[in-house]
Amino acid sequence: MIEKRLLAQIDWILISTTLVLALVGIASIYSATYLEEPSLYQRQTYWLLIGAAIMLPVVIVDYSILDRFAYVIYAASILTLIFALIFGRTVGGAQRWISIGFVSIQPSEFAKLSFILALSKHLSTKDVSRKGLGLEQLIVPSALFVIPFLLVAKQPDLGTALIFFFVFVSMILVVKIKTKILVPSAAAFLAMIPIGWRFLKVYQRARLISFIDPTADPLGSGYHILQSKIAIGSGRFFGKGFTQGTQGSHLFLPAHHTDFIFPTFAEEWGFAGGIVVLALFCILITRGLGVAAAGKDRFSFLLAIGITALFFWHMAINAGMVMGLLPVVGVPMPFLSYGGSFLLTMLLSSAILMNISMRRYIF
Amino acid sequence: MKEYFLDKEPKEFKSRVFFALWVVLFAFSVLVIRLWYLQIIRGSHFSELSRTNSIRLIKAQAPRGIIYDRNGGILAENRPGFDLSIIPEDVQDWEKTKKFLTRLAGIDEKTIEERLRKARGRPPYRPVKLKEDLTWEEMVRVAAYKFELPGVDIDVGQKRIYAYNEATTHLMGYLGEISEREYSEFRTEEENPYSPGDVIGKAGAELAFEDELMGINGGKQIEVDALGRLVSVIKNINPYPGNNVHLTIDLQAQIAAWEAMEGRAGAVVAMDPQTGEVLAMVSTPSYNPNDLIDGVSEEEWTAIVQNPMKVLTNRVIQGLYPPASTFKVITAAAALEEGVIDPSTKIYAGPSFKYGNHEYRDWKEEGHGTIDVHRAIVESADTFFYQVGLKVGLERLARYSTLFGFGQKTGIAFTNEKNGLVPTAEWKKRVYGAPWFEGETVSVSVGQGFMLTTPLQLLNAYSAIANGGTLYVPQLVGSVDAPEGVAIRKFTPVEKRRIDISGKTLAVLKDALRGVVAEDGGTARFLNSYGLDIAGKTGTAQVMRMRERIKNVNSIPYKFRDHGWFVGYAPSDDPKIAVVVLVEHGGFGASSAAPVALKVMQAYLEKKPEITPQDGSSGPVAAEKGPPAAGKNDGDGGGDL
Repeated sequence: MIEKRLLAQIDWILISTTLVLALVGIASIYSATYLEEPSLYQRQTYWLLIGAAIMLPVVIVDYSILDRFAYVIYAASILTLIFALIFGRTVGGAQRWISIGFVSIQPSEFAKLSFILALSKHLSTKDVSRKGLGLEQLIVPSALFVIPFLLVAKQPDLGTALIFFFVFVSMILVVKIKTKILVPSAAAFLAMIPIGWRFLKVYQRARLISFIDPTADPLGSGYHILQSKIAIGSGRFFGKGFTQGTQGSHLFLPAHHTDFIFPTFAEEWGFAGGIVVLALFCILITRGLGVAAAGKDRFSFLLAIGITALFFWHMAINAGMVMGLLPVVGVPMPFLSYGGSFLLTMLLSSAILMNISMRRYIF
Repeated sequence: MKEYFLDKEPKEFKSRVFFALWVVLFAFSVLVIRLWYLQIIRGSHFSELSRTNSIRLIKAQAPRGIIYDRNGGILAENRPGFDLSIIPEDVQDWEKTKKFLTRLAGIDEKTIEERLRKARGRPPYRPVKLKEDLTWEEMVRVAAYKFELPGVDIDVGQKRIYAYNEATTHLMGYLGEISEREYSEFRTEEENPYSPGDVIGKAGAELAFEDELMGINGGKQIEVDALGRLVSVIKNINPYPGNNVHLTIDLQAQIAAWEAMEGRAGAVVAMDPQTGEVLAMVSTPSYNPNDLIDGVSEEEWTAIVQNPMKVLTNRVIQGLYPPASTFKVITAAAALEEGVIDPSTKIYAGPSFKYGNHEYRDWKEEGHGTIDVHRAIVESADTFFYQVGLKVGLERLARYSTLFGFGQKTGIAFTNEKNGLVPTAEWKKRVYGAPWFEGETVSVSVGQGFMLTTPLQLLNAYSAIANGGTLYVPQLVGSVDAPEGVAIRKFTPVEKRRIDISGKTLAVLKDALRGVVAEDGGTARFLNSYGLDIAGKTGTAQVMRMRERIKNVNSIPYKFRDHGWFVGYAPSDDPKIAVVVLVEHGGFGASSAAPVALKVMQAYLEKKPEITPQDGSSGPVAAEKGPPAAGKNDGDGGGDL
C-alpha cells in the first residue's frame, strides 16, 4: 500500500531527468529516421508509454520484494538468454532476440538488471571483513557474473558483455576486495588479454585495431568514427537545428538511431545541447550515488550502486566511443538510443532507484 | 527482513561512494572537454567537411577466384568490363543528365528511374549502377562528356565469363546482385563482408564455394570537391582476389556428357567410384550463364524461371525419379543378405505374376523361364523380383535402400539437394492416411511405386557397389589455391559410411552387372562391343501406366513416354569411372541413356585430344546425332500394374 508520507518522498530529480532524457531520445530518433523509417520514433514512444506504466508499480511496491525474488528473477533471465541462443532470431549475425507475438525482446538487456539484483542480494548476505572480500567469498559472485557474461559474449554481443564486466567490477570494488587478491587478479586479467584476443570475432578485432590505429580500417570503423566526429563537430556551438542535421539523415553515420544517436543529437543541438544532455546524465548518476549512500540496508545500497554503475558505464562508453575516445563497441546510450528492451530496462532501473530513494527515511 | 543488517549498516561502504563520485566527475569533465574540442575548437573544420560531404568511400570489388577443372582447364574466369554509375548527390541537372545518358549510352529514362528507385534508402553519395558492361564506343562517348555530367562515373568492373557456356551451366551456377535477404541473413558475422550492390554466387559452384571465390573487397577513402571530382585519395586499400578453386570435374567427360545430351532433357553425372570425386555433372535443358552476368531484364528472368522445362533445376540433385529396374540390384542385395534367396536359388519368372486380384506383367512378353538371381539382373526379369521383393518385405527393402543412401541427401556441397523417398508403411500412413498394401511392395521391389531417387543418389549407390561397399560423400573440389598460386587446401575423400554387406553378395551383384553388358540376353549388350569392360544396369521409369505393350516409342506423346536410365561403371574389375544417365521421356534406358553413358566413359577412359573453349555466344558444337548402333530396342519395361 502506498502511504501518504511515502508520496511526499517522491524523488523529483530522478523522475525529471529520466523523463527529459527519454524525450530527448524520441526527438533525436525522429530527426534521424523520419525520412526513411518514420515508424521508429512512434514505436519508441509506445515503449516509453509501456515503460512509464510499468514504472508505477515498480516504484510503489517495497523493494524488499526484489530482495526476496532476486534469484528467481536471475534464473528466469538466464533461461531466456539460453533460449535466445538456441531459438533466437538472428539480426545482423547475432542471436539476441526472442519473438513474443508481435514484439521481439532482447533478453540480454533485462539480464543486466537481474544480474545486478542477484549480485546485490548475494553480497548483502555476506559478512565482509574489514580487509574486503576473500577468495572464497568471490566464488559465487564470479559465477553469477560469468554465466550471463559468457551467454551474451556467445551471441556475440561484445558491448553488452563489457557492460556486465564493468558493472561487476564496480560493485565488487565498492564492497571492497582484499588487496592480496585484487593485485594478482588485476595482473592475471592483464595477462589474459592476449588470450581473450583470440576469442574475438574478426570484426571485433578490427574495431579494436582501428581504435588504436584509426588509419588501420579506413573503410570500416575508422570511417564510422570519422563520420561521427564530423557530425558532432559540425554542430558547433548552437547546432544546425532540429531535423537540419545532414550526417545522420544522409546515412553517413551507421546506426544513427541506435549506437550513434548522440552524434545525431549533437549535430543538431550543438555544444549547447550536448552539454545539457551530459549535465542531465551527471545529475542522474550523482543522484544515484546519493541514493546509494542514503540507503538504509546493504541490499538497497548495493542495488543502487549497481544501477548507477549500469547508467554510468553505458553513458561513458557510448559517449567516449562516438567522440573517438574509445573503440567502437556496440554499447547504446541510456534513454536516448532506439530499442524497446533497452529503454524498458533503463526505465525499470530508474524506477528501482526511485523506489529506494523514497524509502530511505522509512523504517 | 533479516536481522544482520541492523548491526551491519552500509556505512562501512560509504566512504567508497565518495571515491566513485570523483571517478564520475572526472569522466564527465573528460567528456565535456572532448565535446568542446570537437564542436568549438575543431568546429569549423568539421563543418566544412560536413557541408561538402567530401569524405567518401569508393568500393573496389575483389576479382573473383578462377574455377578450374581437374586438369587445370579454365571453367570460369574474369574479364574487365566498363560499368556506368551515377552518384545522385553530385548530379546538378537531372534533365540534362538523363538526356545525355540516353543519347550517349542508350540508357532510357525509365531504366534510370527504376534503378534510382531501387537504390532509395542508400546514402546519396553511393554510386548507383545504371548500365553494366558498356561497349567500347559507349564508354568513349560518355568519357568525352564526363565533365558536363557531374555525378556520372565509369568504372572498370570484373565480369565473369564461363568458357563452356551451357555445357557447365548447372555445375557453375550463376552470379547476381546480392538480395536484401542474402545481405542480412547469408552471413553470420556482424560486420557484413558484403555491401548492397555486390555480386554474389546464386547457384552451383559459384554459390557452394562463395567463401573461397569472393576475395576481400578493397576501397578508397577519398576527398572530393563540390562537383564530386576527386581531390585526393586519403586512404587506399587494394582488393584481395578470391581463391582459385580446382574442381574434380574432368572437362572432357563434362563436354562429352553435354554433347551426348544435346536436344534431350535429363541428367548425367559421373564419379570416380574409388574417391567420390565428381567427374562430370550435366543437367539439361540448360541456359547460357553468360547471359545472366549483367543482370537480365525482368521479362527475361521471368522467361527463365517460368520455362516449362524448368531450366534452372539441376536435375542431378533436384530431379526426383523412380529408379525403376536399376533398383533391382538393391532388392537382390537385401534378398541375398537376409537369406531369402541364395545365389543358386532358381525361381520361375514368367510373363506375368498374379498377386491378389492384380496381374503384374513382365517387360518381356514370353517371360524368362526358371532363372537364378544372376540371370534375373542380366535380363532385368520383373517377375523374378516381384516374388523376391514380396518375400523380403517392405521393411527390409526400406532398410537396405537407406543403407545404400537412398532417401537422404548425399551431402554434396551444392544447395537445395533433394532427399528422394524411400517409402515405408508409417510414411504412407502419415502422408496419405492409408495403410500399406502388399501389392505396393511388388512395385517397390522393381523401383516403381512411391520410390524416388535423384540421379546422384543412384550413382552413389552404384559407386559403392563398384568400390566394394564404401559410400562416399560426392566431392567437387580437389584443391583451393591462394591467388598467388600456392595451394592452401587439399581435399581428401570423405567416407559417408561402409555399407555393411558381405563380399559374397557384392561379388554376385558385380558379376550380374557385368553380365548385363557381357552376356547374351543382357539388356545393355551392345555396350560390350566398345571394349571398355563396362558393367551396369538399364532402367525404364514409368511415367504413366500403359494398357498395351507399345514397342514404338514415337507413337506415344512426349510427356507420357517413360524415363530412360543407365547406371554403370568401367572397367568392371577395377572401376575408374561410374556414370548415371537419366533421359526424361527418353523411352527405354538401353536405347536412350546407355549410349550417353558410353560417350562419357569413352571421353574419360580413352583421352581424346584437348578440347578448346568455344568462343563467344555460340553453344558447344552439336554431338553426332543418334545413339550408336544399338542391337535391338529391348529395354526393360518395369512392372505394369
